[in-house]
Amino acid sequence: MTAPPLLKVDKLSLDFRTREGRVKALQDVSFHIDRGEILGIVGESGSGKSVSAFAIMGLLESTAEIGGGSVHFAGADLLADNGAAMRAMRGREISMIFQSPRTALNPIRKVGRQIEDVLRRHGPVTGHEAKKKAIEALERVRIPDSARRYDAYPFELSGGMCQRVMIAMALACRPMLLIADEPTTGLDVTTQAVVMDLIREMVDETRMGALLITHDLGLAGEYCDRIAVMHAGHTVEDAPTEVLLEKAAHPYSARLIAATPAAADEIADLGSIPGGLPDLRRQDLPYCRFRDRCDRRVEVCDAQPLPVTELTGSHLVRCWRPT
Amino acid sequence: MTLATFAKDTRHAFAENPLTLVAVVIFTLLLLCAILGPSLVPYDPLMTDSNARMVPPSWQHWFGTDHLGRDIFSRVVVAARLDLGMAVTAVAASFVIGTSLGAIAGYRGGFVDQLIGRVFDTIMAFPLFVLAMGIVAALGNSVVNIIIATAIINLPFYGRYARAEVNVRRDAAYVEAARMGGNGSVRILARHIVPNILPPMMVQASLNMGWAILNAAGLSFIGLGVRPPEAEWGIMVSEGASYIFSGEWWTFVFPGMALVLAVFCFNLLGDGLRDMIDPRRRT
Amino acid sequence: MGSAIPSLIGVIIATFLLSRALPGDPAVYFAGPAANAESVQQVRESLGLDKSVPEQFALYVWDLAHGSLGTSLTTGQPVADDLLQRLPASMELTFAALIVAIVVAVPLGVFAAVRPSSFVDHFCRGTVTVAAAFPTFFVALLLVYVFYYLLGWAPQPLGRIDEIYYVAPDTVTGFYLIDTLLAGDSESFRGALAQLVLPTISLALFALAPIARMTRASMLTALGSDFVRTARANGLSGATVLFTYGFRNALLSITNIMGMIFSFLLGSNVLIEQVFGWPGIGAYAVSAVIASDYAAVQGFILMMAVIYVLLNLVVDLLAGLIDPRVRFEG
Repeated sequence: MTAPPLLKVDKLSLDFRTREGRVKALQDVSFHIDRGEILGIVGESGSGKSVSAFAIMGLLESTAEIGGGSVHFAGADLLADNGAAMRAMRGREISMIFQSPRTALNPIRKVGRQIEDVLRRHGPVTGHEAKKKAIEALERVRIPDSARRYDAYPFELSGGMCQRVMIAMALACRPMLLIADEPTTGLDVTTQAVVMDLIREMVDETRMGALLITHDLGLAGEYCDRIAVMHAGHTVEDAPTEVLLEKAAHPYSARLIAATPAAADEIADLGSIPGGLPDLRRQDLPYCRFRDRCDRRVEVCDAQPLPVTELTGSHLVRCWRPT
Repeated sequence: MTLATFAKDTRHAFAENPLTLVAVVIFTLLLLCAILGPSLVPYDPLMTDSNARMVPPSWQHWFGTDHLGRDIFSRVVVAARLDLGMAVTAVAASFVIGTSLGAIAGYRGGFVDQLIGRVFDTIMAFPLFVLAMGIVAALGNSVVNIIIATAIINLPFYGRYARAEVNVRRDAAYVEAARMGGNGSVRILARHIVPNILPPMMVQASLNMGWAILNAAGLSFIGLGVRPPEAEWGIMVSEGASYIFSGEWWTFVFPGMALVLAVFCFNLLGDGLRDMIDPRRRT
Repeated sequence: MGSAIPSLIGVIIATFLLSRALPGDPAVYFAGPAANAESVQQVRESLGLDKSVPEQFALYVWDLAHGSLGTSLTTGQPVADDLLQRLPASMELTFAALIVAIVVAVPLGVFAAVRPSSFVDHFCRGTVTVAAAFPTFFVALLLVYVFYYLLGWAPQPLGRIDEIYYVAPDTVTGFYLIDTLLAGDSESFRGALAQLVLPTISLALFALAPIARMTRASMLTALGSDFVRTARANGLSGATVLFTYGFRNALLSITNIMGMIFSFLLGSNVLIEQVFGWPGIGAYAVSAVIASDYAAVQGFILMMAVIYVLLNLVVDLLAGLIDPRVRFEG
């Protein structure tokens, strides 16, 4: 691996200023994505998955404050970038899709027009061209009868169809990176598979990179090349999918795998993870934020900052006692 | 909602919006005027004095005197009872009747629901002040009829809200449980459903007060209901308006400001109350 | 359309019931205070009050269908003629106030929503809260006092045009602003405009508050919505996000409160016309109420209700234009 990665997030720290004090939402978060690869970020709600994505996109709320670290995309420093350049990049080089596709599309605008809005924003196109390209974009995501669907409103389409429209919109300008934030939440299982297959296909076809944010380790295991596990604002483990699923080194990853149906033979074997995330508003956050839920805790866990250990070439873990 | 969280929300509402505190102070003042008014004021509000006609504001007459030499300050203070009384009675009546009708409609559904809904729709099909005028014109020109008219035009606000809320809760688990426990409809409505919708309705009522005051004052401004020489803010503004072209501003400005103060106070109270009861709906 | 017809039926029934709910003998009411026994009997027969209630109702509907609202006691004219003659004055005032209110309140609300908690936002909320507490008739009097009596900037508040200096235009639309322009009489146009300014501001001021509030709230909702986040994530420019995605969606909630705004404007019209000597249907109704001219009052209420129902119909149609979901339901 000599070429620099498409996206590199390095030691990113981020706080939210709230009335009740600072929330240390991200600390020392690192991961990278290469072209043609899907990285899955897995973790429970509140672990900082979506915040990381919004930080990359430059779409953070005004209460967010970046404390340190860097985000590089295709050589450019995204955090240093000014607003205008970042806006021009969004939708053209980096795109993002969201959960609940039906509410994520403008309810009173034809879906074709919404795709056109993106096309017009990112390049001079005539009205006729824009329409043609929008229909092409719909075709690319395998929407049948796309010329007619151009005129549809979101409420006339199913949830899965809306998600495809959102993907078409995100890919209309052929970006290099697609961020998918829980893209299948709220869709039924068969539609989930269709949407995920589509994303996989698009990645393989265009050699773009993709970031899949999900709480579902099973889904990530099926579609991602590599998986990063997040817990309470830390990336605790980062490894190729097969390695992670077979030889998870961090106790949290191991528990997640045990709690995923695919890993258990019977319902009785399904594990659960006791406890919850620590209160990230605390001033005295422990070095290891998994400490209170961990059964491998030893003295050093409380006493010293966690080391990031490289187990093999691309298997990183943040723990004093990895397995 | 426990008492402790309510107290916390209350403190929060005051801290967030100090105007609520101002509103509470004005409200107390208005209440004092309404209850003790006649014994507080320096002059008899109905006493005329031919030697002191149209006296501008002075130490003797803080708000000046009107064309009959009556002390405007005394009249403005004493009028609080009538103005607030009309509004409170009207709002209370539409609150009780509207909520009951709405609750029955929402709980029973079917024909009763449709009939009550139709009545509300018909009221809402009129510009409300115009309907109030019509009701007073038809029932007769009196204070009681102003109250009735104001109550009628406010009915749909409470009725529709109560209907929607009861309708949603009719099949809620806790209501089902109460029904299985052998409770009758009236008891279920009174004990299990209405208490749950009461807090938001009270916010509505307090926001409604300002509009009820404006409505009643508007009716007396055009000469309906309250008759001279009775002291009432709307009619005082109307009487004072005749002297605008001779520059005797105090005759209409002070009673008008009293109206503004009262409406302002109830609007702020309503906003504050909403923040306390439902912190999420803060806008 | 679906709601307009039941509303109209309701309005007709309600006005009929109101007129028959008069305490005592309705014939006495309709005959007016100056009537003697003979004229009361005449009125009783002409109104069909000696017939059964269903018959009376049929008669009432029959008259309405033929455009008859009875005869006014005070003017001696058919009520319908009186009202139609005065209607343009009222409508000109109402629409002028509506336009002013929208033009001021909507940008205010949008601005406050774009910069929540800023100085502008707080200033807007403050002004709007205070404005909402001022009774229209009181604002009208204050404006007259300041701008006519003290400053002398505004003309005397007596009617639509000062007939000593200007010539009232020939009636085409009945709207003086339009008719003077049609006649090419810019002098009279200015005269009519000058008369219109203060009543319009008084009437618009109270409508400002709900429109600005609703605009702000619905803009905040729209800008915080998932689809605006999608639009931002796709790099759409600030103006596109604000208008095509934010404002157009907020417009739905704004049209939804227009019914309330119209209810308010039509009602307050009565008060404003009273202050400014405006020769509209509101002032006509007030004198009718005072003179116990019940046929005129009833005709006025009916006409106001019909106008209100029609305006609501227009609002519904507008909502359908904005929102495809409404269109498809209907």
